Amino acid sequence: MSSVLTILTILPIIGAAVALFAGARARALAMVTSLAALAFALWIWLSIGFSGQMAFVERSAWVPALGIEYHLGADGLGGLMLLLAALVTYMAIDASKRVTARPGLYFALVLLLESGLFGTFTALNFFHWFLFWELSLIPAFFLIKLWGGEKRGPAATQFFVYTMVGSVALLLSFVALYVATGTMDFEELTRLAAWGILPGLIQTHLGPVALWLALGVLLGFAVKVPLMPFHTWLPATYSEAPTAVTMLLTGAMSKMGVYGLLRLALPIFGHEYAQIRTPLLVLAVLTVVAGAWAAAVQKDLKRIFAYSSVNHLGYCLLAIFAVAIPSPGGSDAALNLSQTAALDGVILQMFNHGLTAAAIFWFLTFLEERSGGDLRLDSFGGLRKPAPIFCGLMGIALFSSLGLPGLNGFVSEFLIFRGAFPLAWQAATVAVLGLLITAAVILTVIQRVFLGPLPEKWIAFPDLTRGEQLAVAPVLALMLLLGLAPNLILATVNPAVMHLLAGWRF
Amino acid sequence: MLAYTIYLSFAGALVLAVLPRAGSQFARVFALLVAIAGLAVGLAGFISAGTGGAVAVADLAWIPGMGIHYTLAADGISRVLVLLTGLAAVAGILFSWTVSERTNEFFAFFLALIGGVYGVFLSVDLFLLFVFYEIAIVPKYFLIAIWGSTRREYGAMKLALYSFAGSAMVLIGLLAAYATAGAHTMDLHTLAAYPFPVSFQMWAFPLVFVGFAILAGMWPFHTWAPTGHVAAPTAASMLLAGVVMKLGAYGCLRVAMTLFPHGLDPWGFSLLGIGSWRTVFALFAVIGIVYGAAVALVQNDFKFVIGYSSVSHMGLVLLGLLTLTQIGIDGAVLQMFSHGVLAGLLFAVVGRIVYERTHTRDLNALSKLQLGRAMPFAAAVFVIAGMASMGLPGFSGFVAEIQVLIGAWYAFPWFAVVAGVGIVVGVAYTWRALQRVFFSDLPAVGPGGEDVPVPRYDPITWPEIAGVLLLAGSSLLIGVYPRLLLDVITPAVQALPHLLLTGGRP
Repeated sequence: MSSVLTILTILPIIGAAVALFAGARARALAMVTSLAALAFALWIWLSIGFSGQMAFVERSAWVPALGIEYHLGADGLGGLMLLLAALVTYMAIDASKRVTARPGLYFALVLLLESGLFGTFTALNFFHWFLFWELSLIPAFFLIKLWGGEKRGPAATQFFVYTMVGSVALLLSFVALYVATGTMDFEELTRLAAWGILPGLIQTHLGPVALWLALGVLLGFAVKVPLMPFHTWLPATYSEAPTAVTMLLTGAMSKMGVYGLLRLALPIFGHEYAQIRTPLLVLAVLTVVAGAWAAAVQKDLKRIFAYSSVNHLGYCLLAIFAVAIPSPGGSDAALNLSQTAALDGVILQMFNHGLTAAAIFWFLTFLEERSGGDLRLDSFGGLRKPAPIFCGLMGIALFSSLGLPGLNGFVSEFLIFRGAFPLAWQAATVAVLGLLITAAVILTVIQRVFLGPLPEKWIAFPDLTRGEQLAVAPVLALMLLLGLAPNLILATVNPAVMHLLAGWRF
Repeated sequence: MLAYTIYLSFAGALVLAVLPRAGSQFARVFALLVAIAGLAVGLAGFISAGTGGAVAVADLAWIPGMGIHYTLAADGISRVLVLLTGLAAVAGILFSWTVSERTNEFFAFFLALIGGVYGVFLSVDLFLLFVFYEIAIVPKYFLIAIWGSTRREYGAMKLALYSFAGSAMVLIGLLAAYATAGAHTMDLHTLAAYPFPVSFQMWAFPLVFVGFAILAGMWPFHTWAPTGHVAAPTAASMLLAGVVMKLGAYGCLRVAMTLFPHGLDPWGFSLLGIGSWRTVFALFAVIGIVYGAAVALVQNDFKFVIGYSSVSHMGLVLLGLLTLTQIGIDGAVLQMFSHGVLAGLLFAVVGRIVYERTHTRDLNALSKLQLGRAMPFAAAVFVIAGMASMGLPGFSGFVAEIQVLIGAWYAFPWFAVVAGVGIVVGVAYTWRALQRVFFSDLPAVGPGGEDVPVPRYDPITWPEIAGVLLLAGSSLLIGVYPRLLLDVITPAVQALPHLLLTGGRP
């Protein structure tokens, strides 16, 4: 018994409480807290080990009347997400230099959001998992509502209402599951599903509603990731939110949805998703292709990368739904290998996209700082001349997003396609279109912003300061490192994936 | 020991009533001390009884000729509700710190009402229970009629008439039970042990249940609640919604359902698919949940929003009771506590913190006052209370609602889904009020285009902060560690007649 994960989750809450009253020093304090959390998360991730099992497990009775336990644990999936959440929070705090209005509240909310992320990625019982799931929503809403752009009001409301509808669907489904099984523990529910008992229990206690419950759970995550057509809240939210908050939204919060699919949805309802696999794959391909296409027609940099995020997470959805294949019985080595590759790719992609997307939005904060808030694609050009370092470094992040071999993004997308192609070749083939369009989008951005004629007003465009270079350098180095040595992460992810797959039944 | 809650309150009321016009400051400090003493006694009783069964409090022959005893006892349910009453009393006085007109009388009525409520929750003899129940009606009437606002005579009269009509129904049922049993006792446990003929229970149950449910705000007998809440002064609204409505729900459980459990049996025939009083009332409860929330969504008076939300939340209590499952009734009792605390907090924000500074409750008018900036404290409190009230995890409302929903899934699956819709509407109306009042984002410019400065209001006073901390802290504490109450409630619910926990199944 240890309480490492609880301490990690509480740490940002304490930081938030102090930051609330720290006034102008809130940012420094938040920075220290987030660095401590990052170091802590890194240590946890390094100590998880390679067994694929849950480490740092905590269990104690919490609400005995409901048979609910406080149950935490971290495996290669959860631990990696802790690391990502800590990293992105640190980046977002560093990028929030320009927050002058009510800094105490702002940084307190950011830290509270971090705590919600930690809790979501470690909880193994629906009861408190849901607590943290919602806990992350509230600070995000207020960060958008109080510090966002001009149309922040409607954007924040739309964000909240969409996510809330998804949450209620999740809640009702899990209440129904509890009625059928008497437990809300993810591991127990997974076991019931793996033994093939769960559908029978649902049938006896509730009637023929298993598919509806599966859809209810899916809705909760489909909104969060998002899966088209449940994405309509996203562009307005990402572009109206302060850019540093968008880093958190796309870098860490969108992963909550993918994580939920892997930790809750597939293990418990894999069998049901396998039945509706084709329509789900169609939606995933739509998300990949239409997301990329929408990015191509945007005129605003924030919106371009908002839709680009939809596209990148679409690959995760594609692989996840491709994995949900009704097994012909017995263990099929080739099938298993493809499923493992696809899920390895998904988890790696979650981390890589979090890192890359957060970095790109970080560069956008530098850009908007210098342009006075203007982020229209048309208003830039030729920045390579006055600001070569800015363009060079942002170029690395952009090429990582494009999926250039040697950078982190390539490995995960390759693994996803390597796994998904044998499992669902039609979907994977169409989805390749998404790769092409994304490449075109990224190259267009590079061309329009970095190259071409330099407008008069940007002749004195200031390059990145030494401090800014130092701040982003480690993140870019990490991209390069993971591109060259993906095994640093895969070594813990792969056993976790094999362990997960062994407990699933489609 | 718990009996002193009653004596202290009535003695305090008496002192304030007979004292020649002592200063208002004396009256409010004295009333606060009395209420704190009551809370302390309630808390001490709660702690010393632990998770044990009913503790006898007092037992004296009162009217021996009729077999009427002064019998007080407290099981887990009573102890929880006594604690709630103590909290609501202290908070109510803290939020009435500014009452300056006939202060002594105001607090005398207030304490008398509290004394009556304590009495109801502790009575075992039904005659005694009825006496306390009636005692509670009179001060309510005067509090509204003298110190109320909007249409106070109408609101007070309507409330009194509804209450008396309900009591009359209860009285008829109790007298019939007394006569039928012929045991010359009004002791609850003795009467409950008497096997009333099923045909008798079939008409006595709905009579007594509806009699009490009127006060619990059951649709379609709820109309007194919103008008009464709106007309009442803040402290009285807090008590009305916080504890008086609980008297009704408590009576439904303790008297109607305990005495006449067979009244819940199927009729033997079915009309429009409804085959028992249980289904009828559960249907009313569910309609109340959705209807109350839907009406709250279109109100323009801030206080009416909260008034109708009470109808919705009390519907959950009644639904929980009628699930006839351990978990559902547990949830209903917890919801009584939770709603008592949260309704008090919401009315305090609306009636005391906001209204006494802005002198308007109109949402359109409030939306132009930039209250988010002018009153950050009020905004923060309303955000917390609103989140808790919409059932967000981490607060008491979630633990209660999830149990009621689980119970409802067992008993009436469709009603559970409809109640879930009610919860979504609950999110919407809380949201709408929050947006309109505190975060409307209306441009702060006057008709001529000039800047309108952020209005200045009186600073928040210490009684307000203390009251908020007391109520919000209780909700948070129970939300995070529900065992504090559940461990006490569960055994008490287990001790209810077996018939009430089996859902009508043998």
